[in-house]
Amino acid sequence: MAAILTAETVTKRFGGLVAVNNLSLEIQHGQIYSVIGPNGAGKTTFFNCVTGFYTPEEGKIIFNGHEIQGLSTDRVTRMGISRTYQNIRLFSNMTALENIMVGEHPHLKTFWADAVFDTPRFRKEEQQALAEAQRLLDFVGLKGLGDHLARNLPYGAQRRLEVARALASQPKLLLLDEPTAGMNPHETGEMIAFIQMLRDKLGITILLIEHDMKVVMSISDQITVLDFGTKIAEGKPIDIQKNPRVIEAYLGRGAASGLTPANAAAN
Amino acid sequence: MNLTQEHTLDWRTAARNGLLGGTIILYFGAIGMVSTFSVRNMVGTFLNLGQILSIMGAIAAGLITGRTFLKADQRAKVIQMGALSGLLAGLPPLILIIMGTLVPNSTMFVNINAELVEILTFGLGALVGSLALIVVSGLMGVLGAAFVLLGEKYRKALINALLWVLLLGLFSENAGTVLQKFLGTSAVRWLFQNKSLNPIAAIIIFALTFAFSLFGVGNKGKTKIQSLPSEKQKQLRLIYIVLGLVFALALPWMVGTFLSQVLFIVGLYVMMGMGLNIVVGFAGLLDLGYVAFFAFGAYTMGVLTSPGGFTGGILNFWLALPIAILVGVTFGIILGFPVLNMRGDYLAIVTLGFGEIIRVLAYSNWLAPIIGGAQGVLGIPTPSLFGFRLGKPEYMYYLVLLGSLVAAFIAARLRDSRLGRQWMAMREDEDVAETMGINLVQTKLLAFAIGAGFSAASGAIFASRLQNIFPNSFGILVSINVLSLIIVGGLGSLPGVVVGAAILVGMPELLREFAEYRLLMYGLLLIVMMLAKPEGFWPEETRKRELHAKEDWDNNDADAEVVGAAD
Repeated sequence: MAAILTAETVTKRFGGLVAVNNLSLEIQHGQIYSVIGPNGAGKTTFFNCVTGFYTPEEGKIIFNGHEIQGLSTDRVTRMGISRTYQNIRLFSNMTALENIMVGEHPHLKTFWADAVFDTPRFRKEEQQALAEAQRLLDFVGLKGLGDHLARNLPYGAQRRLEVARALASQPKLLLLDEPTAGMNPHETGEMIAFIQMLRDKLGITILLIEHDMKVVMSISDQITVLDFGTKIAEGKPIDIQKNPRVIEAYLGRGAASGLTPANAAAN
Repeated sequence: MNLTQEHTLDWRTAARNGLLGGTIILYFGAIGMVSTFSVRNMVGTFLNLGQILSIMGAIAAGLITGRTFLKADQRAKVIQMGALSGLLAGLPPLILIIMGTLVPNSTMFVNINAELVEILTFGLGALVGSLALIVVSGLMGVLGAAFVLLGEKYRKALINALLWVLLLGLFSENAGTVLQKFLGTSAVRWLFQNKSLNPIAAIIIFALTFAFSLFGVGNKGKTKIQSLPSEKQKQLRLIYIVLGLVFALALPWMVGTFLSQVLFIVGLYVMMGMGLNIVVGFAGLLDLGYVAFFAFGAYTMGVLTSPGGFTGGILNFWLALPIAILVGVTFGIILGFPVLNMRGDYLAIVTLGFGEIIRVLAYSNWLAPIIGGAQGVLGIPTPSLFGFRLGKPEYMYYLVLLGSLVAAFIAARLRDSRLGRQWMAMREDEDVAETMGINLVQTKLLAFAIGAGFSAASGAIFASRLQNIFPNSFGILVSINVLSLIIVGGLGSLPGVVVGAAILVGMPELLREFAEYRLLMYGLLLIVMMLAKPEGFWPEETRKRELHAKEDWDNNDADAEVVGAAD
């Protein structure tokens, strides 16, 4: 299997603060890859570098053989990367369906003049876009909620809608920023199954930031641990759980004896 | 919870509301509004606009007090607290009466004079009149409070009926000219006496409109239409559109020349409003320099068609119009570039500056050889169609009607398209919109360009109607007007633009004698709107939903519908 996303010695600084330091990683096609680390470790900054929101000072990010560091966000999206946000960022005053249709944007071709003159190809494309949005809405389990404003949906539904919106651009790589944040165990379980289904059914590679160790350990194929912007460990879940540096990063020096991140999260 | 509410809601709340309402009337009286407004008789010779204004404080205080107490589940106290509010609202204006009686010719408060005292005391003399004022205020407070106790159906009917009577009374002169064509002179003379509504007629109209809105179609008709099959609905809508068009076409001949001119000005603002609505309402880019594009359109038209101007009038109106629009669009893009990375307040300030720069440039000697500087462009010809001069306001009205319809059509089509969704996504969250693959530069510039195009077209028509244009026609106030009208109508709503223009542009044209209070009324209207009806008079569907979403949600119990995707 070839790598879909490769980061080579990526460094991002904010003034004197090095948010991401010399980070290299490689994500294979069809993997569920997790990035974990304590608060402020640089996980979201790395996400923002991948999606083009930030430009890293050093290093390369290669997606499907193309260098994407420094490209604008919309171009990165059109190449096949989409994301969700840690704190849900839906278009809150638009309906659920409209949200998804905005996500379909990269695949719509008609010009604005088509809309003014209501050309046949505009009508056809709008119909298809609506049907696709409806399909995605059903897919994420929000059937019948298409006409509700996004802000009025319950929390779990908003998370799902955000995923549906991200899927609408037909990404090859999906970045999920803490998809289970604020969820109860039941909802978390559903989200885990849902993420696995995305990979298994749609073949989408998934890059995940997550705090919930149960989630990370149960669905990740590969894990990278960041601390103060630097990678301190990489490997399969089973290796990460035993890694003393990881335990130290999470719980501090001295606590490393006997505690693993898994039961640290449980505490 | 309930305890604290009961604790805070005692007579003090009512007293505060009452004194506040009265103080506002005190202010209105002191700045001369009450006296100026009293010139307009509303019903007969005994009820004029000034009196209505002076009791408004008591009514409003009673209403607000009543509503507050009703909301706090203290139904029993509504009336008595309303009365208290009303009585107290009568106190501050007493200061006016005292001052006016003791120092009738004050040089400091020129508006507090014998005339004002007479209006406030109902001509009963200072002592009896003061008592009367307090009693009337108390009664009004009771009426205001009682209003909130009525069922919604009755409240709506009452508001409808009151609006009919008040508007007919207020615009009795204009209504008279219009109705003369249909009812004949003698009937109109009976209806409107002394430039006001005949009291008997007022009662009849009140009763009729009240009964009509109570037992009329109203909401029932609406649900009936919604229950029809979609094809029938489409047909019905088509019928409505055709009827609306016929009405719009017949309008200038029904209302006469003066009102046609008013309609023409309203139309100009509708065109501008449609454009700014795209920029502010759809795309969320707060543009305070919108008048610049109006000026570009007007000056392009002037320079290209005026025989005495720079080009000697090489083109006629119809050839110059597309060029004017093109110039507007081009400058929309040019002025859009520097502000691409600005958001919110910063954007507003910079565009405000742009608007002023354009006006100053129009004044400047530097451009004077081309656009005339302070002298402006003179002698712009009236457009003609196949040799027929569109000289009268009635004809020019058709021109702006056409322009407004085209603008509304384009705006509606774009709203429901991919571009419309791009704009709204950008309005909601710029960063996320970009993450959706939306090219912000393109999307923003398109909004600026299309908005500028509408404004330029409006400016071009404006120039050819006025025939002479001067830089001072393109001040910041035009931008503020347009922005206010789309907010009052409902941000992002197309019918709202028309409603807003009618209220903020049409009404002041009809109430010229109160022009000095125009901006004050604007400010008041905007504040009241933001507090009571922030979505505007005719809001966009989603905004309406936004406001009623909570009830909607409770009814549907949509939580139950969210089923697990994984299973």
